[in-house]
Amino acid sequence: MKPLQKPDWRSVHALMARDLLVVRRSKSVILPIILVPLLLLVLLPAGICIAMPMMDTADTYQDLKQLMAMIPPEMQADFAYDTPQQTLLALILVHMFAPLFLILPMMVASTIAAGSFAGEKERKTLEALLYTPLSDLELILGKVMSAWLPALGVTMVGFLLYSIVVNAAGWPTMGRVFFPNALWVALVIWVAPAAAGLGLSAVVLISSKVSTFQDAYQLSGMVVLPVVLLMLGQVGGVIYLSLPFVLLIGMLLWLIDAGLLWLGVRTFRRTEIIARL
Amino acid sequence: MDVQHRAIEIQGLTRRFGETLAVDHLDLNILAGEIFGLLGHNGAGKTTTVRLLNGVLTPTAGHVRVLGLDPITQGTILRRQTGVLTETAAVEERLTGREILTCFAHLYRLPKNMIEHRIADLLDEFGLAEYADDLAGTYSKGMRQRLLLARTLLHSPRILFLDEPTTGLDPAGRRIVHELILQQSHHDDRTVVLCTHDLVEAQRLCDRVAVLERGRIVAEGSPAALAKQLQQGVHLHIELSEITPSIQRAVEDFSDIQEVDWDRTHRVLSLRVPVREMIPPLLTALVEAGAQIFSVVPQEPTLKDVYFALHTGARPHPSTGDEQ
Repeated sequence: MKPLQKPDWRSVHALMARDLLVVRRSKSVILPIILVPLLLLVLLPAGICIAMPMMDTADTYQDLKQLMAMIPPEMQADFAYDTPQQTLLALILVHMFAPLFLILPMMVASTIAAGSFAGEKERKTLEALLYTPLSDLELILGKVMSAWLPALGVTMVGFLLYSIVVNAAGWPTMGRVFFPNALWVALVIWVAPAAAGLGLSAVVLISSKVSTFQDAYQLSGMVVLPVVLLMLGQVGGVIYLSLPFVLLIGMLLWLIDAGLLWLGVRTFRRTEIIARL
Repeated sequence: MDVQHRAIEIQGLTRRFGETLAVDHLDLNILAGEIFGLLGHNGAGKTTTVRLLNGVLTPTAGHVRVLGLDPITQGTILRRQTGVLTETAAVEERLTGREILTCFAHLYRLPKNMIEHRIADLLDEFGLAEYADDLAGTYSKGMRQRLLLARTLLHSPRILFLDEPTTGLDPAGRRIVHELILQQSHHDDRTVVLCTHDLVEAQRLCDRVAVLERGRIVAEGSPAALAKQLQQGVHLHIELSEITPSIQRAVEDFSDIQEVDWDRTHRVLSLRVPVREMIPPLLTALVEAGAQIFSVVPQEPTLKDVYFALHTGARPHPSTGDEQ
């Protein structure tokens, strides 16, 4: 096995710039990247915030009792608010939305990567890149970064929007700025980039087996399954997203990413790719 | 071949895909500055050979040197000096012509201060300057092909590999590409490897050709030498004043004449005589049968004749057609 050579960053940057420009002009890629955060991080939380003051106090109290029962007793102090509505809103927006938020970096990274890897194969523009002086490492770095960096950007913007929306729309109920907390900061800085890495690594592996953007895009949807399991576990009271647990999930995801990236670099060979074109 | 530098040296090059031999013990030398044609049907092994020569595919066996470099271990250095236009290449439709060229200029590591000027020159040379900032998706087929050619030439490669470069182009587009290929080779002293199944194109452009069949070379040499080698007799077109039964009988009396064809519309008799010495008695017999002869034109054998002869079994020896 050949030792990896130091990448030429000018080439990596040129490839990234090209792929990002293509993404910006591709409706099938850009639409989900705009619509999903808008729905998950703006419309849905805003709707919940607006509906909360209208809820019947007795019903709210019942819902709250059920939710609080799932939270470990030592964590219940985190949600010691003045009214049942305040506690319920904080539980939903701070606690329940946390795993949902992780869908965003995964979805953005996997959508862009599907266009960049399988989509390029489909558009018959990949072969020309293989005939350039780009090394295999530079090729995969350029493509991975052009999916990973926008995923981080969208995640940050999504987080900012979510912070503004829940604090503004939740003001009538909460009467103060209650978001974000330490858990969310850890989620955004530590876990979300790793989740994006998982999404795009999955697409890199899938793209070697499929030949169209749609196939890669649809199959890559499976990477959100762990997040769905996390949400179900949380709703079912099996899992509680505490700060140490979030840090641990982040560590686990980074380790998986490192393994997948290593595998990707070792298997992403132009001599293999061209044989499948 | 001794005095000229060899741009490409191939010995025993073999590539197998499962049970299929795509390239089968290929031995070939291509000289610096020549236009070399790789001819063959689809699946003959032309594209695989180009891939192997550029280090984007590993050989199963054999030895290759391109510009003195090993394509597999020195692929990155080699690909800075080669330009490849593939048969199935497409332009990125969501980028403009200028954006595509700029990206590739960086990928080929052109000095940054040269890029703008080089791209402007190429856009101008290929008649794309006016459309440089339009999305490539709006380009016609001919414009796309010219853009791809401009992209291939960005870094002034020492060897150009052109895989079916005129497929799908109209006659005007084909002429532009042909002129460009000749210019690259004759004026800029660039080696051109042209993969094609267009025999007229190969005859017109190539200094030498190799005919591939199932990954093997079945003939190699200059188009003229191959045709001459294959020539069996002389093919004549004889323009007559009229075609009458007595004239036809006069021709039928020559038992060695082959491929006789009477074009009554244009009053042209086509035929093949086995030896030149047979031409005078044939013409005398035609005159005696009452024919007035307006012209007698010997037809030179073409690469097309060679190609079809090869595929019907009349093969010249691969090494003997080489004039170099």
